Amino acid sequence: MTAVRATPAEGRGVSSRGTGGGSTGRRSGRRGGARNAATKRAPWILLAPFLALFILTFVLPILSAVATSFTRVDRRGLFGEEGITSSFAGFGNYAQALADSGFTASIGRVLLFGIIQVPVMIVFCTVLALLLESASARWPQFFRAAYFMPYGVPGVIATILWGFLYIPGLSPVVDVATAVGIDVDFLGASTVLWSIANIVTWTYTGYNMLIIIAQLKSIPGDVYEAARVDGASSWKIAWSIQLPLIRPALVLATVFSIIGTLQLFSEPLVLQTSSPAIDSKYTPNLAAYTNAFAFNDYGVASAQAVIIALAAFVLSFAFLALVSRRSDRAEGAKS
Amino acid sequence: MTTTVRRSSKADARDAVGAEPVAAAPRRNTPVGAGVGRSRASTIIVTGILVVVALYFLVPVYYVVIAATKTTEDLFATNGFLLAPTFSLWENLRLVFTYDGGIFVRWFLNSVLYAGVGALLATYFAAAGGYALAKYDFRGKNIVFGTVLGGVLVPGTATALPLFLLFSQMGISNTYWSVLIPSLVSPFGLFLCRIYAQASVDDSVIESGRIDGAGELRIFHTLGLRAMTPALVTVFLFQLVGIWNNFFLPLIMLADSNLYPITLGLNNWRSQVDRLPEFYQLTTGGVLVSIIPLIAAMIILQRYWRGGLTDGAVKG
Repeated sequence: MTAVRATPAEGRGVSSRGTGGGSTGRRSGRRGGARNAATKRAPWILLAPFLALFILTFVLPILSAVATSFTRVDRRGLFGEEGITSSFAGFGNYAQALADSGFTASIGRVLLFGIIQVPVMIVFCTVLALLLESASARWPQFFRAAYFMPYGVPGVIATILWGFLYIPGLSPVVDVATAVGIDVDFLGASTVLWSIANIVTWTYTGYNMLIIIAQLKSIPGDVYEAARVDGASSWKIAWSIQLPLIRPALVLATVFSIIGTLQLFSEPLVLQTSSPAIDSKYTPNLAAYTNAFAFNDYGVASAQAVIIALAAFVLSFAFLALVSRRSDRAEGAKS
Repeated sequence: MTTTVRRSSKADARDAVGAEPVAAAPRRNTPVGAGVGRSRASTIIVTGILVVVALYFLVPVYYVVIAATKTTEDLFATNGFLLAPTFSLWENLRLVFTYDGGIFVRWFLNSVLYAGVGALLATYFAAAGGYALAKYDFRGKNIVFGTVLGGVLVPGTATALPLFLLFSQMGISNTYWSVLIPSLVSPFGLFLCRIYAQASVDDSVIESGRIDGAGELRIFHTLGLRAMTPALVTVFLFQLVGIWNNFFLPLIMLADSNLYPITLGLNNWRSQVDRLPEFYQLTTGGVLVSIIPLIAAMIILQRYWRGGLTDGAVKG
């Protein structure tokens, strides 16, 4: 609790508002009380715009999604012109969503994607950060800027760019591969998921690298000096000093990557036109979008949106629980 | 049992997100491993690796620079990494800027509006909220904070769909507001601001402001915002890029192509190439024009980005 001290300024505020109570008691309790009232009001005034918008754009939509996901809408007549009735559907929409093999397959697909792509990207960006921060790197400023640059390219545009490099006939990469006799198909049923993974990795590696570099720079220099005095090699320093100290940044990057993976949408949507392997339910988000806007089935779409949000929560917390348990054990082992 | 588990994992989440800027170490800009492995061989190997990786990151950009100079026929007939005999960059750019009454410029300005105004206001609101949560004790503080923490973990696309239904009922879908309003909220920004305000806004400074007779809001606007500036820069940039790159929200909300941001507009052009091949020239030219300012911005801003996050570490 900050400051309940009475100040002359507050006294003025009180009297101008005419709260009555007379000027006698000012010296002690009343002024403190007024300051108290002001400090009680102030945080809510400061929070008001954020909270109002947060409620409008997060809380209400989530509540309405949950409500819609339990509602069934029946349209009578071909376009509902004979009346629309809504009724409580219980878990009907959820059952329908999960019974849809396209949707469950899409969940499996993004899980597979996440299991491979997230660790690959985290290792990749960690290695790049360590290399750039090592004394052996020349022109680190240039490389850092070059690696970070794709983060500014929107996912849609990144996908259009890479799409050019994937499409046979347009892609010089495919041309070169064919010329040497390798048959590559970036857009086939078994490869397109990894072509998408490549786009995501291209976009976010530099950003995650920057977060890790920021954490590396906060390691005090005498830690390195002490290690060097002890005769530790660069490898040893990276493995037993830098990696443990950048852990929080790695955890943060991983959690955001998990959430990002579940949201995969624009990459498959854009590649859809050039890859027949991508159907309208390729990722959970694409499935929800299709249900809502192609089939007008908001109940099932909402159920799917809720499932996606729940999955993001569960996976994020599971990952955080996993790393914290491991660090507890490490702490225990040390002491 | 369940409650304790949930509570502890929530605390973990807070640690994970909080720990990053609050790493309690003082900054010292000693190059890592200076003196170790400074040999010529390791310099060549490391720099060699960095060059190869840089090629990976730059190749798509190089490709589109080349592609933007070609006619549609040359795009298919010539090697993608080499210039074609006919150099039609200026013709392509002219097409981009004049097609459909210069709608490309309009898309670009829409993006500037959404991202600029959205990020500016979002940063201000997040700063006020974060400051309030860090510097005051009040009932409901933990509930508010916990709810916002949950908001950080909710995928943006999960709320976009119900938000569209809500905005349709309010009659504001397919307007500037439908994209702008959701852009004004940054739970992650509030988060960073709270951490930063806790660490860098001194209670005694606030107190002396009070003694000088300044009101609470005035103290926030003069002393608080100034002390939080580095965090504000980070939040602003984070939000700016987030809004600029957003695709799902405008895709759902907007039907009128006059309101499109540039991402939606370019995708609209690209989706027509199968029927009308001349859209290839529009797409490659448009992509080139749209990424030039972004690349310039990233190169200039990456230094501030780093600054914002590390300064948080210093003050922690």
